Amino acid sequence: MVDVTDSRMADKKLNLHPRAWTAPLRALWPVMGALAIASLLYFVLAPRIGGFASDLLMNSGIAIILATSLTVVNGFTGQFSIGHAGFMSLGGYAAAAIVYYGSFRIFGDFDFHGGLISWSGAGAFGGPMVARGDLLFVGACLFGALAAALAGWIVGLPSLRLRGDYLAIVTLGFGEIVRVLIQGTPDQLDTTSTDPALTDLSFPKQIVHLGGALGFSGAPAYSTVFWIWLAVGITLAAIIRLKQSSYGRALLSVREDEVAAQAMGVNITKYKVRAFVFSAFFAGLAGALYAMKVGTINAGELAFQKSFDIVIMVVLGGLGSVSGAALAAVILTLLPELLRNPPDLWPWGLVIAAIVAMLITAFAPRKRGPLLTLIGICAGWELMRWTARWRGIDLSDYRMIIYALALIVMMIVRPQGLFGVREIWDYLPRSWQFWRGDSAIIVPPGAPA
Amino acid sequence: MNDVAAPAMGGLLQVDSVSIAFGGLKAVQNFSLSLPSGGLHGLIGPNGAGKTTAFNLLTGVYRPDTGSVHVAGKRVDGHKPHQIAHAGLARTFQNIRLFGELSVLDNVRLGCQMRQPHGMWTTILRSGGYVMTERSIDLRSHELLSIFGLGARAREQAKNLPYGDQRRLEIARALATSPKVLLLDEPAAGMNPQEKIELMKLIRFIREKFSIAILLIEHDMKLVMNVCERITVLDHGETIATGTPGEIQCNPKVIEAYLGEPG
Repeated sequence: MVDVTDSRMADKKLNLHPRAWTAPLRALWPVMGALAIASLLYFVLAPRIGGFASDLLMNSGIAIILATSLTVVNGFTGQFSIGHAGFMSLGGYAAAAIVYYGSFRIFGDFDFHGGLISWSGAGAFGGPMVARGDLLFVGACLFGALAAALAGWIVGLPSLRLRGDYLAIVTLGFGEIVRVLIQGTPDQLDTTSTDPALTDLSFPKQIVHLGGALGFSGAPAYSTVFWIWLAVGITLAAIIRLKQSSYGRALLSVREDEVAAQAMGVNITKYKVRAFVFSAFFAGLAGALYAMKVGTINAGELAFQKSFDIVIMVVLGGLGSVSGAALAAVILTLLPELLRNPPDLWPWGLVIAAIVAMLITAFAPRKRGPLLTLIGICAGWELMRWTARWRGIDLSDYRMIIYALALIVMMIVRPQGLFGVREIWDYLPRSWQFWRGDSAIIVPPGAPA
Repeated sequence: MNDVAAPAMGGLLQVDSVSIAFGGLKAVQNFSLSLPSGGLHGLIGPNGAGKTTAFNLLTGVYRPDTGSVHVAGKRVDGHKPHQIAHAGLARTFQNIRLFGELSVLDNVRLGCQMRQPHGMWTTILRSGGYVMTERSIDLRSHELLSIFGLGARAREQAKNLPYGDQRRLEIARALATSPKVLLLDEPAAGMNPQEKIELMKLIRFIREKFSIAILLIEHDMKLVMNVCERITVLDHGETIATGTPGEIQCNPKVIEAYLGEPG
C-alpha cells in the first residue's frame, strides 16, 4: 500500500489518539450544553415573557429542528425532498398515540402525569421535577422519531435511482400518502365515548384508531420550552458535528459532483439513504414535540404546504448552512407574528441592528453586502410602518402579502441564501473557532517549491 | 471472458481485450494494456478515438461488454466506481471535476475519505478512534497540499483557484486516495508551455515519490514522448499501435491516423 505520510505516522512518534478519559466528555458536552440552555430558557426566560412569547419560542425551536434536519438532505447531499411534513406527521401521530393510549394503559386515565419539566399548564405546579409520565413522553418521542426514520429509509430507496425533479415528486407523493392514510383512519378510542364500539381500548385496535380527518386530540401535553430546546441543542450538535467530519464531507461531495465523489471511493447510494434516514429521524422528533405541545395533531395541517415552509427556511438560510437554516427558521416563524402588529424598531430593534452591524464591520470589514442588507431591512421596516400609519392601513390584513414579498426580495438580493454553504461562525476569525479540530499546517521536508 | 484470478504475466493494472459499444458505435474494441508497478504509460489518439471512454471503462463509469480489468490481481470490471477506487485506481478528469464549493483542503480530505472507517454514530459522538483518523487525514492532506504547492490556499474555495492550480489540486486529491494506479486524463489541457514543463516534472516526481503506476491520456506529443515509457495509440476505438515513444513516432499507421493517408 502506497502511503504519502511516510515516516511521521508510521513510527508512531506522533500520537494522534486523544486521551481515553476525554471520550465521554467529547461525546456529552453538547448534551450538557443543551441541558443548560434549555433549563435557562424554561426556568428563567419563559416565566418572564408570558404565554404567547413562550409559544413562539417553542414554535421557533420546532422550526429549527425541521429546517436543520432537512438541510442534511436538501443542503448536504443536494437531493430535493419536499415531503418533510410527512415525516413530521408520522412522528407526531406515533408519539401522540403512544402517550394517549399508553397513559390509559399505565395510569388508567388521560391526565398529565409528568413532572415540573413537562408542565406547561396554567398556575403553579406542586409536583416533583421529574415523574413517570416524562419517561412515557421521552419514550414516545424516540419511538416517533424512529418510526419516521424507518419511513425515511423506505423513501430513501427510490432516491437511489431518481434525482432532481423526479425525486421531488416522489417525496411530495410520500407526504400526501401519509396525510391521506392518516385522514382515512377511524375515530379515536375513548372510554367516555357515546359510541360503544369506541370504548374498548384493547391493543391492536389502538394502532389504527388515529382520529381520521378530525385529527388526534386529548393526549396530555408534555412538550415544554425545556424539552423542545433540549431537542434543538442535540439536533444542532449532531448535524453540525456531522457536517464537520469525513461523513459530512462525503455527503457534500454527493451534492458537488456524484462522479467525482465515486472516484474518491464514496458510496453515493449509501450516503443518500443514510441522509434521508437521519433527516427523517429528526423530523419525526420535531413532529412528536409538535404534537405533544397541546396534545393535538392534525394531518391536514401537515400537508405539502408545511413541507414547502420548511424548504423555504432551508433555501433562505443557504443550502448546506446549518446555522443559516436555523436562523431562517426563527425569522420565518416570528415574521408573520411580528407583522400582525409591527413593533417599533425603537429602541431594542435598533440596538440589535447596531450590534449586528458592529459585528459585521469588525469581523468582515470588506464584506459590505450583509451590512447593506441589514440597513435595507431596517429602512424597509420603518418605511412600511410609517406608510401604514400615514395611510391608516391595518398591516395585519396584509401580513401574508408582505411576508411573501419579503421572500421574493430576499431571493432576488441573495439567491444563495443568507450564508450560502457557509456557517455564521465562518465569518469569525479562524483563531476564535476553538472547536475546530484542524491541525497545524506541516510542511514535509523535500517538497518541491 | 476468463475468470482466472489474474493472468500469469499480469501487471499492476492488467486490461484484457475490453470492448464497449454504444448502440452501433464501437467506442472501444479489444483494448488491452499491461501496466507494471512503477510504469508510466501514455494513451494517445486523435479526437474521438475512445481514450476517455477507455478510462471510463477502467474506472467503472461504464461496464465493459467484454473483457476483464484487474487491479493488483483483483478483478474489478463490472464493479461500481467507488469499489474500483477502493481497489486502488484513482483518476483525474478531462474537464476538471473538483468539489467547487468546498475548500481546497476539504477536496483533498475527501480523497482521504476511504481511510475513515467510522460510521455515523462514532462520528457524532467523536470517539477516540474517529478523532485519531480525522487528525491523520488532516496531517496527510496538509502534507499533500504542500507537496503540490497549494498549502497557502488551503482555505480557499476550490472553484476560485487558477486553472493550473485546479489541475494540480485534482491530482493531489486523486493521490490522497492512496492509489496503486493513477489515471490522468489530459492533465496538460489548457496549460501554457511553461506550465507543461512543470507538469512533466511533477508527473516524474509523483511516480518516484509515491511509487505508483501512471496511465496518461494526453494530446501534447512533446509531453507524452518525454515522460512515457510505453505508448498505446487508439483510433476509432481500435488499438493501432503499442510501443516505446521511438517506435510510435516511426509507426506508419500512427502517422496515417494523425496526418491522413499519404496522397
